[in-house]
Amino acid sequence: MRKILTGNEAIARGAWEAGCRVAAAYPGTPSSEILENIALYDEIDSEWSVNEKVAVEVAAGASIAGARALAAMKHVGLNVAADPFFTMSYIGATGGFVVVTADDPGLFSSQNEQDNRWYALHAKTPMMEPSDSQECLDYAKDAFEISERFDVPVLFRVTTRVCHSKSVVSLGQRQDVPIKPYERDPARRVMTPAAAKVRRYAIEERERKLREFSNSCPYNRIEPGTGRKVGVIASGISYQHAREAFKDAGFSFLKLGFTYPLPDELIRRFAEGLEKIYVIEENEPYIETFVKSLGIACEGRSVLSAVDELNAGIVRSSVLGCKAEQGPPSGVTPPPRPPVLCPGCSHRGVFYALSREKNIVVSSDIGCYTLGVAPPLSVTDSVICMGASVSAGIGYQKAFASAEAGEPGRKQPKVFSVIGDSTFFHSGITGLIDAVVNKSSSALIILDNRTTAMTGHQENPGTGFTIKGEATARIDLARLCGACGVKPENVRTVDAYDIKAVSSAVADARAAGDYFVIIAVRPCALIKDVARSRAGVCCEADREKCVGCKACLKAGCPALAPDDGKITIDRVACNGCMICAQICPVGAISRVGEFYE
Amino acid sequence: MSDVKNQDRAGSILLVGVGGQGTILASKVLSLGLMRAGSDVKMSEIHGMSQRGGSVSTHVKFGPAVFSPIISEGEADTLVAFEKVEAARWLSYLRPRGMLVVNDYEIRPLSVLTGAAIYPDDVIGRLREAVPGIIAFDAGAVASELGSGRAQNIVLLGALVRCMGLDYVDWETVLKDTVPPKTYELNLRAFEAGRAWGSGSCQAG
Repeated sequence: MRKILTGNEAIARGAWEAGCRVAAAYPGTPSSEILENIALYDEIDSEWSVNEKVAVEVAAGASIAGARALAAMKHVGLNVAADPFFTMSYIGATGGFVVVTADDPGLFSSQNEQDNRWYALHAKTPMMEPSDSQECLDYAKDAFEISERFDVPVLFRVTTRVCHSKSVVSLGQRQDVPIKPYERDPARRVMTPAAAKVRRYAIEERERKLREFSNSCPYNRIEPGTGRKVGVIASGISYQHAREAFKDAGFSFLKLGFTYPLPDELIRRFAEGLEKIYVIEENEPYIETFVKSLGIACEGRSVLSAVDELNAGIVRSSVLGCKAEQGPPSGVTPPPRPPVLCPGCSHRGVFYALSREKNIVVSSDIGCYTLGVAPPLSVTDSVICMGASVSAGIGYQKAFASAEAGEPGRKQPKVFSVIGDSTFFHSGITGLIDAVVNKSSSALIILDNRTTAMTGHQENPGTGFTIKGEATARIDLARLCGACGVKPENVRTVDAYDIKAVSSAVADARAAGDYFVIIAVRPCALIKDVARSRAGVCCEADREKCVGCKACLKAGCPALAPDDGKITIDRVACNGCMICAQICPVGAISRVGEFYE
Repeated sequence: MSDVKNQDRAGSILLVGVGGQGTILASKVLSLGLMRAGSDVKMSEIHGMSQRGGSVSTHVKFGPAVFSPIISEGEADTLVAFEKVEAARWLSYLRPRGMLVVNDYEIRPLSVLTGAAIYPDDVIGRLREAVPGIIAFDAGAVASELGSGRAQNIVLLGALVRCMGLDYVDWETVLKDTVPPKTYELNLRAFEAGRAWGSGSCQAG
C-alpha cells in the first residue's frame, strides 16, 4: 500500500513493522510526532517520559530485558540523555535499541544548531541517516536488526526537513519479534570499572566489524555518473538536495545511509579515477573530515557554509556557480513577522505584570514563553536550555549578592526564574531543590498551562493523562514544591489571567526572605476543550469610552489594533482573556458572548 | 501541455502565509491529489515556534521523480500567498514568469500593531507591476459568502489548481478524504469558487 507520510510518521511505522514493543520520548520539535504516531499502535507500549534521559533509560531497560525498544528526541535532548546513551554503548543491546535524534539545521525551532552525528563517533555507536520517508521506514525497520546483530544501540539521525517532509511510502507488514527470554548477566550490565574495561576492549572489536559492515551494507552505495570525473558524497537530506542540484551534471554519487563508522574502503573505491570530489553536508564537516583523514582530497566547507540548512539552489550555486534567475522584486518591504504569544495566551498576564516591575532580572526557559523576550513585553534576560531558568537564577542572585556586599548602598536586582509546567517537570525540579537547600533568595514562577504547548500539546506529569489518553496520577505542583522544602506560606497559586494577583505575589516574593514560588495557573487557550468553550466569547472596546491611550497594546496581543486613534479588537482572534480589560485605565473593554459547556 | 502525460508533469508550489491560516491543510489536499494522479510528490512544512502567528511556508513539489523536498529561490512555478505582504516576503522564490496567487487580505503583524513597523501601502498594485501572472482576490470574502471565512485556504487551492492546469486530478474525492465530513460540502463549494477565480488568468508560462 502506498501512502504519503512525513519522515516522523514513517519512522513510527518502521518501528512498528520491526516489532518494536517499547517506545519513550520527551516532545521536542522536530521529533515530537514520532511518539505521537507510535502511540497509535496498540502493540507498542509507549510513554511521554519526563525528560530525554528518562526516555533513553526506559528504552535501555526494555532492551536489556529483551524487547525491541526506541527512544526519540530532538538534538538537544540527546545532550540530556547523553549519560545513559554513552554507557549503553558499553552494555549493548539485547532487544534491538534505537535512539532517534532529530537535528535542526537552520534553527527553525531550537536554541542551537548542533550536529549530532558527532555523538555516534563519540559514543562509538552505529548511525543511520535516512534521506526521505521511504528510507525512514526501511532504515528504522532494519536499525533494530543491526542493533541486535552488533549488540549496540543504533543512533538514528534525522533532520527537520526529513522529519517534516512528506513523501510517498510503500508500507510493509509487522514482524512478530518475540521478546528474548531474560537472562541475568551482571558482568556485562553492571558497569563497574573492571567490567567496563572488559567491554571497552569489546567495543574496539565491534568497531572493526561495524566498519566492515559499513563498507558492504546496502545503505551505502555508489551511483555511477556519466562522463565527467566529478564525484559527490552526501547523506540524509543533503543527498536529495545534491541529486536535484546536479541532475544534469553527470556526476557520480556516493550515497551514504550508514554513516558511523564511515565506509573507508568504499570511499577509496569511489574516489579512484575521480578528479574532484565534493562532500555535500549541512552544518559540521563530519564526512569531509573523515574523507580527508583517508588522504583523499575533497571540497566541502571550502564551498559550503557550516551555518543554516542547505537546498538545491545553494548547492548548485556554491559548486557550479550558477544561480537561478528571479523575477523582478516588488519593492514592498515586508514588516517583520516573528512568532508571538497567541491571543488569550496564559503567559501574557504574567509577563505584563513583570514588565511593570522595577529592578528585576528574568531568567527564563524553553517553551512558548521564551517569547516573553519579544517587544513590547521584553522582560526576559536569558534563556539557556531546558530547566536552566531555575539553576541559573540561583547563580544570578549569588553574583548580585556578592556585588551588593561590595557596594552596600546600591540595591541589586531581584531574580525571577520563569519556567513552564512541562519544562519544570523535565529538569526544573533539581534546580528548585538546589535553590531551597542552598538558601537562594531568587524566586520562581511556574507557568502552569496544563500542557506542553509549543511542541503541539502533549501530556505531561501535571495533566493527569498518559500519551494514550488514559487517566493517571496528576502531580500537584504546590505539594511538590512543598515536598522540595519550600515553606508552605511561600508557595502561592494564582490565576495567570489575574494581573493584580500576579503582581501581589511578585511583591510578596520580593519581601520574602526564603525561596518563594508562584504557580500561575491557566490552561493554554489552544487546548481543544478550552478553545471550544471560549469560541463564543470575545472582548470589545467601547469606542465612546476609549481614549486612545494605547496602554492595552503594551501587553502585545495580536488581536488588538489601533484604528483611527481608538482600539479595535478582532472578534475572531480574541477569546476573551480580559488581560487588556484589566490594563485599560478607563474601563473601555468588556467581554461579550457566552462560554460553552 | 496536452502532449505531456499527467504523471510526467512536474511543478513546484510554495504556499506561504501566517501561522494558523490553514496552509498545511491546503498542502495536504494538494499532495494527496497529485500522488493519486500518479506523480511522485514531496511536501515540506515547518512546525514549532513559527506556528505562533509567525510567517510560515509549505513547499510542494511533484513530478516523475522528486529529490529535494524544498524549493530554492527563483524555482517556484507558483507562489500562493495567504496574506498579501507574505507574497512580497517570499517573492524571490518565484521563478521569472511564474504565477502568483495572492489573497487580498491583510494581517498586521505585532510590529505594526505596536507602531514599531509600518504595513506597506498598495501591496497588490506593486505586486501586479512586478509579476505579470498574478491573480489577486479576497479569498476570505469568497469563503465568508459561502458560509465560513475559514475555508479561504480551499478557495485559494481551487484557484491554484485552475492556474496550474491540475484539473485532471479527482479533487472532489481527495477533499472528501481529507477535510472533516461536516465541512465537506462547504469546502467543495469553496474549491469550485476558487477554481472560477483561477480561470482566464493563466497565461504565464
